[in-house]
Amino acid sequence: MAEEEKEKAPKKEKIPRQKMPEQPPDVRRRNFEEVPYGYTPELAMKEAERCIQCKDPRCRQGCPVEIDIPGFIKFIKEGDFEGAIRKLWEKNALPAVCGRVCPQEVQCEGLCIVGKKDEPVAIGNLERFAADYQRLHGREVLPPKAEPTGKKVAVVGSGPSGLTVAGDLVLKGHDVTIFEALHAPGGVLVYGIPEFRLPKEIVFSECNYLKKLGVKIECSQVIGRSETVDELLENFDAVYLGVGAGLPVFLKIPGEHYIGVYSANEYLTRSNLMKAYDFPNYDTPLVRGKNVATFGGGNVAMDSARTALRMGAEHSYIIYRRSHAELPARAAEIHHAEEEGVEFLFLTNPVRFLGNDDGFLTGVECLKMELGEPDASGRRRPVPIPGSEFQVEIDTAIISIGSGANPLLTKSTPGLALNKWGYIIADPKTGKTMKPRVWAGGDIVTGAATVILAMGAGRMASNSIHDFLTMGW
Amino acid sequence: MFEIVERQELAQGTIISNWVKAPKIAQKAKPGQFVILRANEKGERIPLTMADTDPERGLINIIYMVVGKSTALFKTLQVGDSYLDVIGPLGQPTHLEKVGKVVCVGGGTGIAVLHPITRGLKQIGNHVISIIGARSKDLLILEDKMRAASDELFVCTDDGSYGHHGFVTDVLKKVLTDNKDIGLAVCIGPVPMMKFCSLMTKDFGVKTLVSLNPIMVDGTGMCGCCRVQVGGQMKFACVDGPEFDGHETDFEELTLRLRSYLPEEKIAYDQFKAQHGHKCSCGT
Ligand SMILES: Cc1cc2nc3c(=O)[nH]c(=O)nc-3n(C[C@H](O)[C@H](O)[C@H](O)COP(=O)(O)OP(=O)(O)OC[C@H]3O[C@@H](n4cnc5c(N)ncnc54)[C@H](O)[C@@H]3O)c2cc1C
Ligand SMILES: Cc1cc2nc3c(=O)[nH]c(=O)nc-3n(C[C@H](O)[C@H](O)[C@H](O)COP(=O)(O)OP(=O)(O)OC[C@H]3O[C@@H](n4cnc5c(N)ncnc54)[C@H](O)[C@@H]3O)c2cc1C
Ligand code: SF4
Ligand code: FES
Repeated sequence: MAEEEKEKAPKKEKIPRQKMPEQPPDVRRRNFEEVPYGYTPELAMKEAERCIQCKDPRCRQGCPVEIDIPGFIKFIKEGDFEGAIRKLWEKNALPAVCGRVCPQEVQCEGLCIVGKKDEPVAIGNLERFAADYQRLHGREVLPPKAEPTGKKVAVVGSGPSGLTVAGDLVLKGHDVTIFEALHAPGGVLVYGIPEFRLPKEIVFSECNYLKKLGVKIECSQVIGRSETVDELLENFDAVYLGVGAGLPVFLKIPGEHYIGVYSANEYLTRSNLMKAYDFPNYDTPLVRGKNVATFGGGNVAMDSARTALRMGAEHSYIIYRRSHAELPARAAEIHHAEEEGVEFLFLTNPVRFLGNDDGFLTGVECLKMELGEPDASGRRRPVPIPGSEFQVEIDTAIISIGSGANPLLTKSTPGLALNKWGYIIADPKTGKTMKPRVWAGGDIVTGAATVILAMGAGRMASNSIHDFLTMGW
Repeated sequence: MFEIVERQELAQGTIISNWVKAPKIAQKAKPGQFVILRANEKGERIPLTMADTDPERGLINIIYMVVGKSTALFKTLQVGDSYLDVIGPLGQPTHLEKVGKVVCVGGGTGIAVLHPITRGLKQIGNHVISIIGARSKDLLILEDKMRAASDELFVCTDDGSYGHHGFVTDVLKKVLTDNKDIGLAVCIGPVPMMKFCSLMTKDFGVKTLVSLNPIMVDGTGMCGCCRVQVGGQMKFACVDGPEFDGHETDFEELTLRLRSYLPEEKIAYDQFKAQHGHKCSCGT
């Protein structure tokens, strides 16, 4: 191979996609430390060289917030890491997060021209590098802030969409307060996505950055209970709702009450937000299952199954009703789960949980499926094979088949229009809801989606809120 | 930070009452609602019902039994100390309505939860008959407050050391037999007590409210840990409750699920007792 390349000279030597060094699978499957260590400056500069600096970059079309991708990569190539982070910040307030969790293979990297013949440029890894370098070695650069406008904005929810709105509006001179129901800010980034994939220190440093800019963050404030949206409207000129899709969905099969059956939200909240993996040093417990089954095939399922391994599981299964090709999770997460020894049972659907007299889960009965005609989503619909029932012995089940709209806030807010699933109806271009002076965005509008889409919605809403506050519309 | 401004030990130190500074919550809270508290950064989120509020002074009253690590940790907090977080008010307030004659039944620490509801029911013009019980006289709490909040009060102890010798259900049966016009029963206490009271009121055809206390995490309907079966449907006690129709509640399932973490609870409590020299008087 190398010989052949040489023969083709004088063409420049082709640089392969640079891998991030990472913890070996058999070590990391038992600890909660982050899996990849990230690029060194040398590796990052080498990877940056792979970008051919397209005039009309396709990757940029794949990025929901239109980061100037060749632009920031060029800075890295030249070793100007501060230049790179400034470029990223123009469009993305949370690059350390996005570099880690965006589904790059279907966004920027999926369109990268280098990817046509070779592996695409590792845009996500480079984004992550620039942000980490800034956080760990960079000098603190606070962006310029506009003169105070005297206008007050309340942001409900501190997930990626709320954080984006808060960051944008504070820079435009508005007085911003975030209200967060949980005792720590960050939304899914702190209570859902595990430490080994997104260290909480990164989220806290992003939130601290917002505080330095002047954003007030009030935790433990459940809007709808502690205070209603209408009450907020008495004290604030505008309100942004970024409350996420925090409603667990259960399988609705017999036996879901057995001890050991968790929603992914509960399992992950206990282990991440409450740090149950460090029990009894931390007070919140979590069952340490020996045989754990996670139901579903998205990022949440991968996170749950990998957390179960780290909690000491001997077997961690993912039970999914379609096949490998249909798994909706990020490619990197599926790959990492496989490497760590998560066992996949495809084309399998649970029909009931089994338990003992003390109420503890002992197993799950499943049906084998086969793929039939494509359904509305274009994916082939799984249909059960009659008589194919079989049982899997498990003591922990994690249900991770999606989440819905939590009605706590919406029910207590008259004047909001909701769709039939309970999500808030908002203008897709501005985030305006049917209620005057109230905007909404992120998962509570779109249903469970991605970090970058939630941030994109926040960006649009912040522009619209700013227009309203300064121009009255 | 939420400072404790008053603290009392009740029932020989097995039950603690705290008045905590939480002005926003005190303004908002209605009978039947609860708060979630955390003592420190490593602490669990513990749900406790508000036994009373003093909006003028910005205070809420919590009354809790020391049953494990977290409540034992709470017990170490003295006047001047603070809870790190107090979140609320959470849950649905009790639907207080005038039905004429009502019976309120409380057992153990449940009496603390029952008291504001009893008072509310009387304030809107109901004739209130209350029945409260404890294992023995020293463990009975809030007798005076319950007397003031009721038109008639019956007291029971399991060991006969005070009042009627026996369970609250004995007295409940007599009260229901003698008062055919009772339109509502509110029963709050240990799960078996609520279960047996509900079975009895069902025989008499009296609508019954119970307050369920499943294990919780967030208290906002996000995790589903607090799920209970009511009328064959899955409900989340933290947002749909904590009060439910006693005739529709699956108490067996609740009893089982409350046992989810027995081994872990023991580990945590034993470690705590070892570290704190176990100076408390909780009797274990
Ligand atoms: C386990 C898991 C893994 C994921 N992995 C990925 C991934 O790899 N890549 C990716 O792009 N996306 C991923 N996602 C999806 C992504 O995290 C979400 O789409 C995104 O966080 C949505 O952002 P948001 O701001 O709309 O809401 P959220 O992040 O859900 O934040 C909403 C916040 O509002 C708060 N809140 C709710 N109700 C109230 C109230 N009444 N009052 C005050 N505050 C309230 C909540 O406590 C929460 O903090 C994952 C999700 C989960 C659960
Ligand atoms: C909405 C709600 C309101 C509540 N109000 C009050 C109140 O006003 N006063 C009060 O004393 N308690 C109340 N509780 C119960 C209280 O939250 C628990 O006693 C407490 O969480 C126990 O924590 P621990 O760490 O001290 O004990 P753990 O070590 O967790 O448990 C010790 C033992 O207590 C029992 N237990 C555990 N969790 C609960 C629970 N949630 N409810 C009942 N028993 C439990 C179990 O049998 C367990 O073995 C309420 C619970 C809920 C859900
Ligand atoms: S934000 Fe996401 S889509 Fe945009 S460049 Fe970064 S990794 Fe790609
Ligand atoms: S405590 Fe999490 S949903 Fe009720």
